[in-house]
Amino acid sequence: MPPVLGVIFDGIAYGMLLFLMSVGLSVTLGMMNFINLAHLSFAMVGGYVCVVLMNTYGWPFFATLPVAFIAAAALSVVLERLFFRRFYNAGELPQCLITIGVVFVSIAAAAYLFGTDLQPVHLPAYLNSSIKFGGLDLAVYRLVLIAIALAITILLVVTVEATRFGAQVRAAVNNQRMARGLGIDVERLFSVTFALGSGLAGLGGALAINMLGLDPSFPLTYVIYVLIVVAVGGLGSIAGTFAAAMLLGVADMAGKYYIPALGSVLIYLVMLVMITWRPSGLFGRR
Amino acid sequence: MQKVVIGCACAFFGLALAALGLYPAAAADTIKIGLIMCYSGQFADTATQMDNAIKLYMKENGDTVAGKKIVIIRKDTGGIAPDVAKRLAQEAIVRDHADILAGWILTPNALAGGDVSKEAKKFMVVMNAATSIIITKSPYMVRTSVTTPQENYPFGKWVVQQGIKNVYTMYSGYGPGIDAQKWFAKGVVDGGGKIVGSVAFPVGNPDFSSFVERAKDLHPQAIYIWVPGGAQPAAIAKALAERGIDPKKTKILGQGELTSDSALKTIGDGGIGFLTTQNYDYYLQNPLNKKFVKDYQAEFHRTPDIFSIGGYDGMHLIYAALEKTKGNTDGEALIAAAKGMSWQSPRGPITINPKTRDIVQTIYIRRVEKTADGLRNVVIDTIPNVEDPGNPAYRGN
Amino acid sequence: MTSETIAGPADAGTDAAASPHGHLQAQVRWRWVEIAFWLATLLPFVLTPDYLVLASQIAIAGLFALSLDLILGFSGIISLGHAAYFGVGAYTAGLLSVWGWGEPLSGLLIAGLVTGLFGYVTSFVIVRFRHLALIMITLGLGLLLQEAANSAGWLTGGFDGLQGINTWPILQTLDFDLYGYTAYSYSLAVLFVIFLIARRLVHSPFGLALRGIRENNHRMPAIGAPVHSHSRTIYTLAAGIAGIAGALLTETTQTVSLEVLGFQRSADVLVMLIIGGTGRLYGGLVGAVVYMVARDQFSGLNPQYWYFWIGLLLIGVVMFLPTGILGGVAFVAERLKAAVARKRPWTKAP
Repeated sequence: MPPVLGVIFDGIAYGMLLFLMSVGLSVTLGMMNFINLAHLSFAMVGGYVCVVLMNTYGWPFFATLPVAFIAAAALSVVLERLFFRRFYNAGELPQCLITIGVVFVSIAAAAYLFGTDLQPVHLPAYLNSSIKFGGLDLAVYRLVLIAIALAITILLVVTVEATRFGAQVRAAVNNQRMARGLGIDVERLFSVTFALGSGLAGLGGALAINMLGLDPSFPLTYVIYVLIVVAVGGLGSIAGTFAAAMLLGVADMAGKYYIPALGSVLIYLVMLVMITWRPSGLFGRR
Repeated sequence: MQKVVIGCACAFFGLALAALGLYPAAAADTIKIGLIMCYSGQFADTATQMDNAIKLYMKENGDTVAGKKIVIIRKDTGGIAPDVAKRLAQEAIVRDHADILAGWILTPNALAGGDVSKEAKKFMVVMNAATSIIITKSPYMVRTSVTTPQENYPFGKWVVQQGIKNVYTMYSGYGPGIDAQKWFAKGVVDGGGKIVGSVAFPVGNPDFSSFVERAKDLHPQAIYIWVPGGAQPAAIAKALAERGIDPKKTKILGQGELTSDSALKTIGDGGIGFLTTQNYDYYLQNPLNKKFVKDYQAEFHRTPDIFSIGGYDGMHLIYAALEKTKGNTDGEALIAAAKGMSWQSPRGPITINPKTRDIVQTIYIRRVEKTADGLRNVVIDTIPNVEDPGNPAYRGN
Repeated sequence: MTSETIAGPADAGTDAAASPHGHLQAQVRWRWVEIAFWLATLLPFVLTPDYLVLASQIAIAGLFALSLDLILGFSGIISLGHAAYFGVGAYTAGLLSVWGWGEPLSGLLIAGLVTGLFGYVTSFVIVRFRHLALIMITLGLGLLLQEAANSAGWLTGGFDGLQGINTWPILQTLDFDLYGYTAYSYSLAVLFVIFLIARRLVHSPFGLALRGIRENNHRMPAIGAPVHSHSRTIYTLAAGIAGIAGALLTETTQTVSLEVLGFQRSADVLVMLIIGGTGRLYGGLVGAVVYMVARDQFSGLNPQYWYFWIGLLLIGVVMFLPTGILGGVAFVAERLKAAVARKRPWTKAP
């Protein structure tokens, strides 16, 4: 029955979009215990970098992606040095407050710099087309999203599990004091991890604006979805975030197709059920 | 120790409030307009466009009317917040001594503002909010935008006249969307057509593929879509294109927001053939509008939209009413002056119905076409002198 | 465990007696600064009569923040969905009025009871979670409720808000005026009464047990404190107070719309409380004053970009006063006191 497959495909693609926007937060929140509500401000930076490079300088879409990553990461390092690093051990309330402050500043700054209107996103025609495959219309952009999300998942899992950097991060997460004692530069490590998380947000933002649109209210509009994905997935678990994004994406799409009356609440219901069932997330450690 | 804590707290409290006390009193030769809009937040761009038009009007026509200087006081509701909007309206009157309340972008806020206008007997100009009942909240209120039924009811009838007998409707499941769908469907049914199915989207839904898939399964002749402006028109057009719905075979219908300038920029050629209904478009080919658009673009580097025209005509109404009352800002005098007023706007001829205090205007049916200037909403039919069918006082249908 | 460690840093420096009873006695006593604070709340009537409507909404926000402080500051339950209770109270009062009962005082009471009942029911779920899971559960409940209210347009009026609310004059004499005299007097009176109750409560043995739960919810059962039932009780009470705050907003503005239930309101109240300082009762009130006055002033000066300044304010507060304004003041006061005590060794140090 083709509609079922179509709905699942769309659901997976939507899930991958959620994954790309959330995975960076999962990294910073899970590994560093830092509640970064400004995560989507970095995504917005990536989005504006992508739009400006495409519309003003005529760059091809894919060429803007690395720049979006680097710009968001670079900005995050500055903010981390100036503000965030002082709050790593300060508890969740000050962390919430300072990151909300950053969200507000970023919204106003974006409105001032780019105007309040929606930014037009022009993609090359082949990205907006769809491929017929076994009676299904598969949108090319969605295929691209899935491919990139898979690549990032593999890359991240390998980085965390199999590299020296990953081992150091895991050590620092498990026991900061001991890690310091072993000569690991925890400050630098956290800076790099934070930059990585924010860079991923920038990349996710650049990839998301084609489907979600981009205006200055972006960091507030989608923060709830991102929190849901991270919480359902489990803190610090990349595979968990991936699975949660997939589950929520498919559930959301299927819900909207089969029971549209429940469309708006289904994602919240799924979240509540999942968290009641597994309070620390699908693959959560704590 | 606790003493000091709370002592400082109350010192601060006192200081904060004392700092508020110093404001200049109103001068007799000024007229103050309190513009209450959502300058920040999700709907900020609507306010930006409206504010631009107001600035433009004042630049073109000067800031003096009937020998008095017009002063604008801008207040931000930050989004849907009737409690805040009501407070801002009260403050505009008691603190800033505003004579006229204007702006009003969102329905809940405008409804709350109506209470203040009624109680304080202040002239109120609704420049955007489009729900019919707003106008009944205060006898000192006029509207210079449009109402949702005004756009959608005649459109529904028109669609059936074109031979489209069965329509599927999809709309955002909140106030304005529900209203629009209801009146469009009423138009279709009254015209002799049929609604074969409908679905309500969650508000702020980011991905429409599964809804479009559902609509496609029913093979309707046309699909009517209502989504608020912003990111959603582009998202739904994308979903239509991806699902392979061809606007040439299945007509895509909607309210003008669906194919606004910013939406068309993102939708691209996938939007060609969309049919929409609206009371204004910057591509209208009359000389007055051409001048308006040219000046607007020169000033703000973008094209005006329905929000701009609501603000522009709203300012015109205020200026004209003040001329008539010779600068008298009494609510009774201004509303009497505004009733029955008629003028040529860039959107065509408009009138304030003296009975309902609501706007009477031309509704344009447009089709998205590729013109020499790019993708534009080209007017293919006009329905003149449309009243608000949703107004309880109006018995036209 | 001494009483001081249970009480936490918020109470350091009081002349705590060695016995828990003495400790409570010492806290219950009114200090002149508190009296001065409440007298200062009357200043707007004289100094800024043009700002009474704002002052009434600050009082309501303060009451709402006080309710959040009871669960967050005194028992460690962090919530990103507290507006659910505010909204239920607001709609209860609104519906009562639409259905023909616009008497304000009984409206408040009924709204408080209905919301308290709702709080009691939800508390069974809430107390089982902590940390991120708790944040997400409260967030989810809030969002679900807002969606439900949107869907139930026949009851709630949907997006346009509930229409036809008419609050009767208070005690059949005081009508709600344009200047906000009645609104502020009424809101302030309600805030004060509820504050007295809350103050009594947190300085009772029950309040002490709650703070124990906040500090260490694993050890409290060991000394015989029923953690879950205590948490449920305070959660129910806090929900009821939030409901009363919501009802107050409905009655004083005679409007209700979906945003009373919204995420934004939940986030705002949390921000106010953190700015002011948690676990101090007065923190929410001070936070509400600072945040709302700042918002009003910034947005008046710069309606389009005021978010920038409010963001800087939040960053500034948290950078320089990580435990909130009152926390910062307490810290400075403690330093001063210690310095004075060093200079005059004969006075008894706390």
